[in-house]
Amino acid sequence: MYKITRSPWVMHYDGSSCNGCDIEVLACLTPVYDAERFGIVNTGDPMQADILLITGGINTQNAPVVKQLYEQMSDPKVVVAVGVCACTGGVFKECYNILGGADQVIPVDVYVPGCAARPQAIIDGIVKGIGIFQERLNKMESGEDEKSSQEEKDSSEEKEEAGKEE
Amino acid sequence: MLDYAVPFLICFPFLISVFLLLSGKNKAIGNAFARIGAVVILITSVAFFAAQGINRSFETASLFTDTEIADYVILGGEILLVVVVVFLCFKYKKYWISLLSVIPTVAIIYVEETAAKEEMAHIFLDKLAMIMILLVGVIGSLIILYAVGYMEGYHEHHKEVQDRRNYFLALLFMFMGAMFGFVTCASLVWLIFFWECTSVCSFLLIGYTRSDEAVNNSFRALWMNLLGGVALVGGVIFFYYLYGGSNGGSLSCRQFVTLTSQIITGAPQYAGIALFPVFLIAFAALTKSAQMPFSTWLLGAMVAPTPSSTLLHSATMVKAGIYILIRLAPLMSGSIVGSFISFIGGFTFLAASFMAISQSDAKKVLAMSTISNLGLMVACAGIGTPETVWACVFLMLFHAVSKSLLFQLVGAVENSLHSRDVEDFHGLLYMMPKQAMFMFIGITGMFLAPFGMLISKWSALKGMVDAKNALIVLFIVFGSAVTSLYWSKWMGKLIAHPHKTKEVKDVTEGGEKFSFWIHALIMVLLCAGLPAVSAYYVEPMLASTDLMSVAEPAISGSTLYILVGILMLVFIIPLVLYFSEKNNGSTKKLAYMGGINTGKNDGFVDYMGEEKGLYISNYYFEKMLGIDKLMVPSQIISSAALIIIFCLLGGFVIGGLL
Amino acid sequence: MSDMTIKIIIAVCYVLLAPLIGGLLDGIGRKISARMQRRVGPPILQPFYDFGKLLHKDPIHVAPSQDFMMLSYLFFIILTGGMMFLGMDLLMCMFILSTAVMFLYFTAVVTGSHYTNIGATRELLQMVAYEPCVLLTCVAFYVVSSSFNTADIISKDISPIAYMPGVFIAFVFILTIKMRKSPFDISTSHHPNQEIVKGITSELGAKNLAVYTLAEWYETVFLMGMVALFILNKNLWSILAAVIVVFLVYFLEILIDNSSARMKSDLMIKLSWGVTLALAGTNFLVLIYMFN
Repeated sequence: MYKITRSPWVMHYDGSSCNGCDIEVLACLTPVYDAERFGIVNTGDPMQADILLITGGINTQNAPVVKQLYEQMSDPKVVVAVGVCACTGGVFKECYNILGGADQVIPVDVYVPGCAARPQAIIDGIVKGIGIFQERLNKMESGEDEKSSQEEKDSSEEKEEAGKEE
Repeated sequence: MLDYAVPFLICFPFLISVFLLLSGKNKAIGNAFARIGAVVILITSVAFFAAQGINRSFETASLFTDTEIADYVILGGEILLVVVVVFLCFKYKKYWISLLSVIPTVAIIYVEETAAKEEMAHIFLDKLAMIMILLVGVIGSLIILYAVGYMEGYHEHHKEVQDRRNYFLALLFMFMGAMFGFVTCASLVWLIFFWECTSVCSFLLIGYTRSDEAVNNSFRALWMNLLGGVALVGGVIFFYYLYGGSNGGSLSCRQFVTLTSQIITGAPQYAGIALFPVFLIAFAALTKSAQMPFSTWLLGAMVAPTPSSTLLHSATMVKAGIYILIRLAPLMSGSIVGSFISFIGGFTFLAASFMAISQSDAKKVLAMSTISNLGLMVACAGIGTPETVWACVFLMLFHAVSKSLLFQLVGAVENSLHSRDVEDFHGLLYMMPKQAMFMFIGITGMFLAPFGMLISKWSALKGMVDAKNALIVLFIVFGSAVTSLYWSKWMGKLIAHPHKTKEVKDVTEGGEKFSFWIHALIMVLLCAGLPAVSAYYVEPMLASTDLMSVAEPAISGSTLYILVGILMLVFIIPLVLYFSEKNNGSTKKLAYMGGINTGKNDGFVDYMGEEKGLYISNYYFEKMLGIDKLMVPSQIISSAALIIIFCLLGGFVIGGLL
Repeated sequence: MSDMTIKIIIAVCYVLLAPLIGGLLDGIGRKISARMQRRVGPPILQPFYDFGKLLHKDPIHVAPSQDFMMLSYLFFIILTGGMMFLGMDLLMCMFILSTAVMFLYFTAVVTGSHYTNIGATRELLQMVAYEPCVLLTCVAFYVVSSSFNTADIISKDISPIAYMPGVFIAFVFILTIKMRKSPFDISTSHHPNQEIVKGITSELGAKNLAVYTLAEWYETVFLMGMVALFILNKNLWSILAAVIVVFLVYFLEILIDNSSARMKSDLMIKLSWGVTLALAGTNFLVLIYMFN
């Protein structure tokens, strides 16, 4: 089985966030946290990304966009929702235009809570995501039907609460 | 028997054109005449080439010493040409242009009549002449076959133009006849006649539509080419008075070369004087080959229906200038004339490449690229070492085939698509797959591996470094970088996914398609057979004393085999990969547009939630590289070069005469 | 026969080792970049991890023809390097290289995406910017060693760089363009710096991106081989010198990459043509005069 865990490439999508979490995501790449030492790369291109990092809630306008970006990613792929807005909708949940968290449109694998989520937590969330990524790859490589794994993923709703507090 | 093939090839097209002119407006008869005539010429030229190879193994042959009747015919022809030009000049009130035709003709007739009648051959066949016959015969008649089909679509599409297709086809035939005569004649007087004949034919062809633009452009072409004719006649007369009469010179092309080279090598102090006629004739070749500052006539020639541009650009007209320069190459090699001619060629190569970038009209791109490639050939001929002449010959061959193919395709696509803008060719592969594939091959032939243009360019560069001509090397180095930009822009358009799939009615006719296939076939064969053609034909041609006096091969055969072998991979590998990758199980995804595609790749949802179409266009840098920006400065620079060399040589001549 | 065997061995070695060296250079480059930014940086083997991952992902494309054109691109890049390391004609190498670039261009334009299209056009502009210098370099080698064959170039008494320092500097200058390092990373950039998404590589994912990466490694090795050509001569010690110079040049490229901001494409063309004319051009004129 191929170990794939060393190079998670991340695409960061900003939903209707207040930009607090976005600042923290970028902070991960700065010298203090240096996410690149785990091989994490922030790419802007869904075709090249393994992990979709969503900050902010989903509104009516960006819902199809998130769906499309998710579809453009190559299998296996993992979704990490960063910040409480991306997890549930947060303080904006009751707004007229907000549908809720990222899981309203695409299956989310890792939830990273916080307002804003801390860089450590984000990195931890990504690293958790890598584990799921590896599992999916193993399933894919062993020839399991992709559709069934997809359904399984949706039904089990494995909610990993990453990086609660260090 | 074989000898009479040449007069046949010269006279037959003229005969056909007379028939065509007589058949008036009858479409069916005209088309039949044209098709039969083209096929006959095609077969005759190929058969003649083959027979010449088998019977004489392309030995140089001088034929027809006694040609009194033909001389009178030529004389009559010369007068007829003058009458036509003068009549049209007066009709369109361009009086001064008629002088350019009257004066040289009167002068040459005077010289011819006063000159002592001498025995000399009038037809001269060597390897260069033979390959030109093959080129003109095959490409030219394919163009006519194409033209018959093309004119049908053209007149359907352009209702405003009066339908005079038989006249048009007649002119094409006349053109071919003149070209055959031009490349085979050994008499300078005949040469001048055929030269003027091509000038006038091109003038009439360009003016075919009789629109104001066409008339203006045709007169521009006329005066520039006639100016070249004046220089040619001047060169011939100067030569005649320099060596004529007691010095044993006669109005023979071969004597011109031999006597001049004798002086250059034997009496270097008089080289300046001997080079003056060489310069004048080379100057004439520059006008014919549309070099700077005379490039504008070829651009203007675009107003005519496509077959005429095809004929002007590929096998005939512009190649006449190159042909003359190859003949003069041994004289120009290492001389001041050669360096100036090659400077103008190299400069044209660079400047025209730049201007081609700014064009989106396909025919204009092709025109600019013709000018630029001709510049390369002129530079090669001007340097005149065996290597560069080798490159020049191959450039000429490959360019003729690719350009002819490309022009025909642009014409065919224009008839169906009603546009010849490269931007409108976006996704042509999905609208007219066959034409797009041929166009792709044609463009590849112009600058990419595996086709011979690349090897020719390679050897040209090598030859120029060997000749220690640093300036030309710089021109080529920069020019070829620019060349790839405009071609690849175009190729990208062909294969891009269409903005919107629209149904295109393909009006391409059988004759046109036949011509495409033959062209593509010739290109591939020429490419694969390049080492053989080089070893068995071009090398011996260069080694023959008439052209170059060296026996060693310009480009070693083994190098060529290796290069061609490697380049053929370029053909095979993508093809193999194409089939092996066809069903590789890749998942198809939407193109990335920030996630706002409308479900397809040709549109997106804007911020107001409305669907918008996506339109992708190329860069053209018109503000920087437009023809209106660059043409005048380039003309000034090249004119300055011409004036300098003219003054220099003029000084020699005046000094020598005093 | 033995000559042939040696050639085959070289070819096999090149095909097998070049990606290793290229990948390692890439990894070292990323490490050095990270250290320059006071980060720890990824492991040196990171490029190989990335490569492996890309190969194991589900292959995707936007247009089916991308796949075969990407592989053709890789093939021609390998061919280019192979021809050079086998001692063949340098100028022909460069022509094949431009054919390879053409395939990359086609891969991008065939998708119909605006990001790749802009990237592709810029790639062409990059080619316009570096091509004259590259051709001039070949020609200068030819003047110095009177042969285009790399085998002859490296068997001279004196290193070519002694005759062509100006050409060398110009070549290093355009190397930045060819290696897509800042300030000339305008057609596509390496990961941390993005513009027009990923430029010409925007629509490449999974296997296609892996192929592209592999081609880039081969290309790096080829370019470094070109740098070494300037240094190599008959003396075996020159190999050591060449390796040192290659590393220095590579380090210099990283330094430039980290200390400059992206440039506009027209400025790039003006600058690189200016440098080419001023340094390589004058050097070339002197060479023509010297070797006349």
